[in-house]
Amino acid sequence: MIRLAFSIALLTASSLAWSAGGGEDLEQAGSNVHDLASVQRGAAMFMNYCHSCHSAQYMRYQRLARDLELTEEQVDEYLVFGNREITDYMKASMPEESGQWFGKKPPDLTLTSRSRGEDWIYSFLKGFYMTEEGWNNTILANASMPNVLWELQGIQRPVMETYTDENGEEHTRISDLEIDQEGLMTSAEYDQALRDLVAFMTYLGEPAVLKRESMGIWVLLFLTLFTFLSWLLYKEYWRDVKK
Amino acid sequence: MAKPASNISRQLSNFGGWIDERIPVSSFWKAHISEYYAPKNFNFFYFFGSLAMLVLVLQIVTGIFLTMHYKPNAAEAFASVEYIMRDVEWGWLIRYMHSTGASFFFVVVYLHMFRGLMYGSYKSPRELVWVLGVFIYLVLMAEAFMGYVLPWGQMSYWGAQVIISLFGAIPVVGDALVEWIRGDFFVSDATLNRFFALHVIAVPLALLLLVVLHLAALHEVGSNNPDGIDVKKKKDSQGRPLDAVPFHPYYTVKDIFGVGVFLTLFAFVIFYAPEFGGLFLEPDNFNPADPLVTPQHIVPVWYFTPYYAILRAVPDKLAGVIMMGLAIMVLFLLPWLDRSKVRSIRYKGLGSKILLAVFAITFIRLGMLGMGEGTHAQTIESRIWTFAYFAFFILMPFVTKYEKTRPEPERVTK
Repeated sequence: MIRLAFSIALLTASSLAWSAGGGEDLEQAGSNVHDLASVQRGAAMFMNYCHSCHSAQYMRYQRLARDLELTEEQVDEYLVFGNREITDYMKASMPEESGQWFGKKPPDLTLTSRSRGEDWIYSFLKGFYMTEEGWNNTILANASMPNVLWELQGIQRPVMETYTDENGEEHTRISDLEIDQEGLMTSAEYDQALRDLVAFMTYLGEPAVLKRESMGIWVLLFLTLFTFLSWLLYKEYWRDVKK
Repeated sequence: MAKPASNISRQLSNFGGWIDERIPVSSFWKAHISEYYAPKNFNFFYFFGSLAMLVLVLQIVTGIFLTMHYKPNAAEAFASVEYIMRDVEWGWLIRYMHSTGASFFFVVVYLHMFRGLMYGSYKSPRELVWVLGVFIYLVLMAEAFMGYVLPWGQMSYWGAQVIISLFGAIPVVGDALVEWIRGDFFVSDATLNRFFALHVIAVPLALLLLVVLHLAALHEVGSNNPDGIDVKKKKDSQGRPLDAVPFHPYYTVKDIFGVGVFLTLFAFVIFYAPEFGGLFLEPDNFNPADPLVTPQHIVPVWYFTPYYAILRAVPDKLAGVIMMGLAIMVLFLLPWLDRSKVRSIRYKGLGSKILLAVFAITFIRLGMLGMGEGTHAQTIESRIWTFAYFAFFILMPFVTKYEKTRPEPERVTK
């Protein structure tokens, strides 16, 4: 049993060590996919700002409407207009044209929360800044995407600093971003709006998350009870086995 | 009222007799279940054999349902998995059971093998039980590898690319062999199609056959136990072993309890951590396969990483492939490398205890290093542990032959 405890401890340590590694300097999104209002606000934001260029091609509007408990008016206003059907997959409104604008087709966003992670999306959308050459991003350098949320966030400019590397050479790097031109939202409001958006994208990456986590507890309770009863049965049968 | 009931029971028993005269149901049940005597001192580590069977069944059943919706086609595979996750009723649960089941299969099998190492379950007369078990492990690795390719994400694609290209290191026939495996000049639709066929039918059939042989061999010689002594030596007046109990009902009820604990842990992962921090479902595999974009670092799923670390520890590709192959193949030799008079680690000497403890740490540490990005420091460390891995097998004949063992008890303890 000691060896067992030892191996379990090692396994745990190894998985912790693994998951701790490889993190760029990402800010914690702190969004909550179980906060329906937040996910709904995020959905509206996604529809308004992201979905005209980015698809979510594995997701149907219908599923979204059902899970987010949208009213018929909301469905008509945000989801199904033009020649879209409610059962359609979420294809961007004008993927071809936008592909030409930015030199490359905007990536599909269905699974970004799973491939990149919540914190990455959050940090990426906070990381846009303006230089003479145009938009750039601290998380994804030279991203071809402009800051589509600039009206909300305002325009950030980089604050540079010089540092000396281990070879004694001087370099400059971005130490901070500061708001140069105010947006419609305060910094706190913008962070919250991004949290909503990230919550929605978490849902989008795995719609089953809502059902999974709410039903899991009942499954675990059932299995715990089952295990307890089977333990009683085991003890009862083994009473007559001499140790 | 009693008469009709006894009529029915008589009819039933007649029917049972009729069947039994034509196919040996009850003698099979007796030989393998109700009168298969297993030592009564099984401990925690003896749950994993039956649990491996449970996971095998779960994988087959969930796999059948997945094949009903999955499309083995390079253009549609990735989307069909997302279709299962979103549009198929309970598809997400079935898929998570299958993906989590794959990892749990290896957890269970590794603990099962470790049990064998601890208590000398591979020693005479159980050599073939062990050898067949190693075959199961090999086939299971093939099954897991091909299954991982099917979702057709970036890691599926590039993992397949890396692993298949290992065969290219073989002199003369290497390149032709790689092409033959892929069925194309690169990993493509043809590769996906054949991997699907192998994953859902060919390899599972082989696996089932091997499991039957593994159990047949086990039941021929009888189960070992934590004391490593022969429980058939001491029998009561009716010829029943004193230190053993019939598998049914004693071990069936005990294993059901084990199943309960296992399923609770299993369900916890399925419902609350199906990606398991990127270990069971890797983040990059949520990007569709793209032959034009190579991921920054390609690492196999955790259960292959000890061998991957050995592969990367060797500077030469062919030598690396050979070392990796040897690391697995050497397991077959284990029954003949252990020359101890006793089976169980309980009665072996300090040398064997140290060897086994170091080996367990080595395996885990290699697994961790195999997950890394392959930096210089990691490669150097991998070399040390690779050395330790092989040292376990090389030193074993000498240590087990010359160390002082403790006397085995006559009867099982505790």
